[in-house]
Amino acid sequence: MESAFPVVLVVIKTLIVLAAVLTFVAYLTLIERKVLGWIQVRIGPNRVGPWGLLQPLADGAKLLLKEEITVSSANTVVYIAAPLIVVVCALIPFAVIPFAKGLGLESLLGPVAGKFDLNTGVIADINLGILYILGISSLGVYGVILGGWASNSKYSLLGSIRAAAQMISYELGLSLSVVGVLILAGTLSLVQIVEAQDSVYKWFVFRQPLGFLLFLIAGSAEIARTPFDLMECENELVAGYQTEYSSMKFGLFYLGEYAHLLFLSSMMTTLFFGGWQGPVLPPVVWFLGKTFFFVFVFVWIRGTYPRLRYDRVMQFGWKALLPAGLFNVMATAFVYMIWVQYVSR
Amino acid sequence: METILFYVLAVVTLLSAVFVIFLRRPIHNVLFMILTMIGLATLFILLHAEFIAMVQIIVYAGAVMVLFLFVIMLLNLEEIDLPREPRPLRWGFGVILSLALVVMLFPVFKSIAPIINGVAQNGDLAAASNLDLIAKELFTTYLLPFEIASFLLLAAIIGTVVIGRKLTKS
Repeated sequence: MESAFPVVLVVIKTLIVLAAVLTFVAYLTLIERKVLGWIQVRIGPNRVGPWGLLQPLADGAKLLLKEEITVSSANTVVYIAAPLIVVVCALIPFAVIPFAKGLGLESLLGPVAGKFDLNTGVIADINLGILYILGISSLGVYGVILGGWASNSKYSLLGSIRAAAQMISYELGLSLSVVGVLILAGTLSLVQIVEAQDSVYKWFVFRQPLGFLLFLIAGSAEIARTPFDLMECENELVAGYQTEYSSMKFGLFYLGEYAHLLFLSSMMTTLFFGGWQGPVLPPVVWFLGKTFFFVFVFVWIRGTYPRLRYDRVMQFGWKALLPAGLFNVMATAFVYMIWVQYVSR
Repeated sequence: METILFYVLAVVTLLSAVFVIFLRRPIHNVLFMILTMIGLATLFILLHAEFIAMVQIIVYAGAVMVLFLFVIMLLNLEEIDLPREPRPLRWGFGVILSLALVVMLFPVFKSIAPIINGVAQNGDLAAASNLDLIAKELFTTYLLPFEIASFLLLAAIIGTVVIGRKLTKS
């Protein structure tokens, strides 16, 4: 009985996080449309439910009821697998994001809690959390490549090649922008990174401003948000690798896209803005508040900036972002070593 | 529990490795090779070598195999373009070479088998996921090989840039 307890608790935690993520993802579409509406002096969706609040449900029902088309020239197995890969790779990184300090179940769990280290507000506190995230995000590229290839259409293939090249290029910048934080925190565990930022002036955004900027840019290129959404720019490529997908398969790509957005926002919160740390209010509220602030920032960016040209995107990634990232790592390591050796003693 | 998990993952990994060789469409081979890499990473996790597992996923499954996939997609290799039956001479060579490899590797397996068994039972390999330890070893004991490897990689990067650059007339 006692040995089954941690497994049950982890399953419960997973279900809660999964349900929360899926609900938030559904409502991200509404947030995006509403905020874009305000930016463009429109009203946005307001027909389904008060303030358009039931719009995501209507969208979901619509996606489910649409005809499921499998292109006759498609490679069926790969064609079906691609959206699944995208969704899985978008959802499983949430396992290492610490969303709260603890579950507040001390009295319920009693001595068992300390024994299994269960009372943590994260599904899995693995000590290589960042590497896990980078590994999974590098696997996410496959869904995009395979989706475009298996559709057997020119728009899809071009879109997916663009997407893959962009994601591989910006993944380097993304990894490098995180290294500064890792040096300062001295750990790869996201739980410990959050614990290292226990007051506002210790937030890593103040000690790693360049790192944060690089993370913001590389991150939005990695998840293909607007200044970088070259892979699905509708005036050249119809919808890129998603062109031949319909119904729920398209819905899965969409789900993956918004799950990525939510994940990137929560990563920014965790790495640079103190995660769940904050006064008065409960940690979960702080975590969600900061996360949704960054969701808003991403929508804001989408409403503000035009799309870049593809060769410029690649040039920027390799010739500006990567050197800046390397510089940030070197400078951080240098200053940190000086600090440890001479100042803090 | 861990034993059952090991056998399931080992079977998946080995089956994917077999599919890599025996399937006819190049793109399927690459997909199964990715699965093999991920399977290997999970086996590393079972050995408590999480760092190696993550690096395996990032470097091999994530980066190297994407390039494989790219090349096959861009060349648009289909089954039709491939030779149907391998020639008998090559077939014989292949068998002989693989047997030679097994013979060569046998003493190695034999010598490390007890170590792996003992370590896996003691859980001592947990140290292998300790980044501090790995970093210290890498930058003290194995500094020279590490630097040589980095230098070789740097040379390779410069080489690809030089080869990939368009020749300008001037």
